[in-house]
Amino acid sequence: MKRTFLPALAGAALALSASFAGAATLDTVKQKGFLQCGVNTGLPGFGNPNEKGEWTGFDVDYCRAIASAVFGDPTKVKFTPLDAKERFTALQSGEVDVLIRNTTWTMSRDTSLGLKFAGVNYYDGQGFMVKKSLGVKSVNELSGASICVQSGTDTELNLADYFKSHNMQYNPVVFEKVSEANSAYDSGRCDAYTTDQSGLYATRLQLQKPDDTIVLPEIISKEPLGPVVRQGDDVWFNVVKWTHYALLDAEELGVTQQNADQMKSSDNPDIKRLLGVQGNFGQGIGLSNDWAYKIVKGVGNYGELFEKDLGQSSPLKIQRGENALWNKGGLQYGMPIL
Amino acid sequence: MTIQATSPSAPRVERPARSSFLNDPDKRGYIIQAVLLVLVVAFIWWLGHNTAQNLQRLHIASGFGFLNERAGFNIGQSLIPYSGDRSYGYALLVGIINTIEVAILGIVIATIVGVLVGVGRLSSNWLIRQLATVYVELFRNIPPLLVIFFWYFGVLAVLPNPRDAINLGLGFSLSNRGLFTPKPIFEHGALYVGIAILVGIVAAWALSRWATARQMRTGQQFPSFWAGLAVIVVLGAASFAATGAPLHFDIPVKTRFNLNGGSQLGPELVSLLLALAIYTASFIAEIVRAGILSVSHGQTEAAYSLGLKVGPTMRKIILPQALRVVIPPLTSEYLNLMKNTSLAVAIGFADLVAVGGSILNQTGQSVEVVLIWMLVYLGLSLIMAVLMNWYNRKMALVER
Ligand SMILES: N[C@@H](CCC(=O)N[C@@H](CS)C(=O)NCC(=O)O)C(=O)O
Repeated sequence: MKRTFLPALAGAALALSASFAGAATLDTVKQKGFLQCGVNTGLPGFGNPNEKGEWTGFDVDYCRAIASAVFGDPTKVKFTPLDAKERFTALQSGEVDVLIRNTTWTMSRDTSLGLKFAGVNYYDGQGFMVKKSLGVKSVNELSGASICVQSGTDTELNLADYFKSHNMQYNPVVFEKVSEANSAYDSGRCDAYTTDQSGLYATRLQLQKPDDTIVLPEIISKEPLGPVVRQGDDVWFNVVKWTHYALLDAEELGVTQQNADQMKSSDNPDIKRLLGVQGNFGQGIGLSNDWAYKIVKGVGNYGELFEKDLGQSSPLKIQRGENALWNKGGLQYGMPIL
Repeated sequence: MTIQATSPSAPRVERPARSSFLNDPDKRGYIIQAVLLVLVVAFIWWLGHNTAQNLQRLHIASGFGFLNERAGFNIGQSLIPYSGDRSYGYALLVGIINTIEVAILGIVIATIVGVLVGVGRLSSNWLIRQLATVYVELFRNIPPLLVIFFWYFGVLAVLPNPRDAINLGLGFSLSNRGLFTPKPIFEHGALYVGIAILVGIVAAWALSRWATARQMRTGQQFPSFWAGLAVIVVLGAASFAATGAPLHFDIPVKTRFNLNGGSQLGPELVSLLLALAIYTASFIAEIVRAGILSVSHGQTEAAYSLGLKVGPTMRKIILPQALRVVIPPLTSEYLNLMKNTSLAVAIGFADLVAVGGSILNQTGQSVEVVLIWMLVYLGLSLIMAVLMNWYNRKMALVER
């Protein structure tokens, strides 16, 4: 019963504590001296411990960005690996301060779980991968297939919807841990594997023979992935939300980890405000005025993170696509700091 | 009788009258119990109240209304018709039934294997004794989760894919999707065959009662087992022929991905069952061995001197007496097996915990789902305990 431990623990916490998961997360984080961040158990590119046991990935770097904004130090983070089923309970119960774990922004999650999505750090969609030897070219040929999927994801629901609306049959094989789903696909228990397309690219690399598997072209859903916080704590919500915007604005304005110091003397008023040379924007979110400078100095801007963790400098080699900035044909749009 | 011999009942000591009400141990006992009861009830109320308040303050939806909502996800293994259009409550029922299925099948297999191994440990044959000992020492010391993984990822997964399935003949085939078997399809008239077989069973039972009664009276034996079997087979076969063989088989056929048709015993169920049964059997074997050893050797010698052979001695003299010692610890092994079925989540078998886990995550109602989990396991355990206690009482030594 170890696997059901976390929800049970959260239940106990809900039952026992008098005033629960206090509202002022920013204060508790400052007091603790570190950020507790809920991440993947192991998904290359998003949240994955490397050979040395250090956490790497895009979502992990978002955690570091928040730590940089609060402490000016990207290392002041502790990571809690969570599987799909555990993640919301861990956030609700206050075990983590923020959840950044390729989590799809859906209405029910945003409204009835007591949670709030602070933005979309990766626009994704659900896809499928299959063994090449099956000769399958399209999802619509998959009727009758056994399909591996991780439980507690919206992937599970999209899959059922898509097959139903296309009058196709399938046999779901549902796993709780991504590692178990991977081995089952690898061993041939399933004909296909479905998850967010980003996750497919990552998972494919973990297979014994990645080249024997292809990712099918169809995308069957919208999967806006983003950081999540608890409802009812606007200050903390703002910190997370504006960390995301600062990363985007920095990319748009050409402020990088390298040039952040020189940029402080830039004449561009947008850059001046971003880096805290002008205005008191940090105060509004309970941080110092150079909060965004600390973010960029600590981890880089959005484009740099993408390039390092997901893009051409990473094994995943994912295109920017929808995640390009709005003025480069994508959907990523940082609200102005003004 | 033995009790009286060892502890002669002492005359009841008259207690001197107490000066104060509180010094009377009887009354004090009642008061303490009442206070405890109030405290426990108050504590439970406080827990519930606090939980509800916390949930509300955290804006988390609560209540059991979600059980009526559309589930939306599919389930791989189900004994009752299920689709994503059914409700969460119905999906839970699928999970509960799957849990019960594994528990019952597991208990049956574990008991058979356990009794064989337990008797084997006491065998006079050296090889059998050693094999049984190795079995027990090996399997009771490996965590069942590892055994599940061993079967699932180690054994069943290396079987060929369904397109190259191993053909076992007669429509049976084995692949990494499990064991496919022909599925019997009953046509019109099969009902009469069923009724005929049922009649046969009742007749066989009556026959065996009659035979026992006669043996008690006259000492004459009658081969009631074989005679009963013959009655059942003859009745069944005759009605089968008379109704024009109302049965055919749906043979699984290969399609692009899987085998279609027939019945399928999936690798999830098989590895879970094998692992739980084999693990629990090693404990049952030890319980059976202890039970047999608890029956004094004089009983065996007495049976032999009456001319009984080894088999009947075991079946009629030793095992019935051993059973009394065996049942109580056996009950707790059965309960363990049932609770261990929750390891199913590790390999994607849709048991109560796996289905509940999906629901928990889709709805976010963890408190409710965890409550349901606890209540269902508690309920199943209680039912099992009641059944086993009833059986235990039935088996208890009737003193004459
Ligand atoms: N975006 C989907 C799916 C997220 C998800 O859990 N994906 C899996 C499969 S790629 C995963 O990340 N597993 C890694 C883990 O459990 O650590 C959701 O929010 O429900």
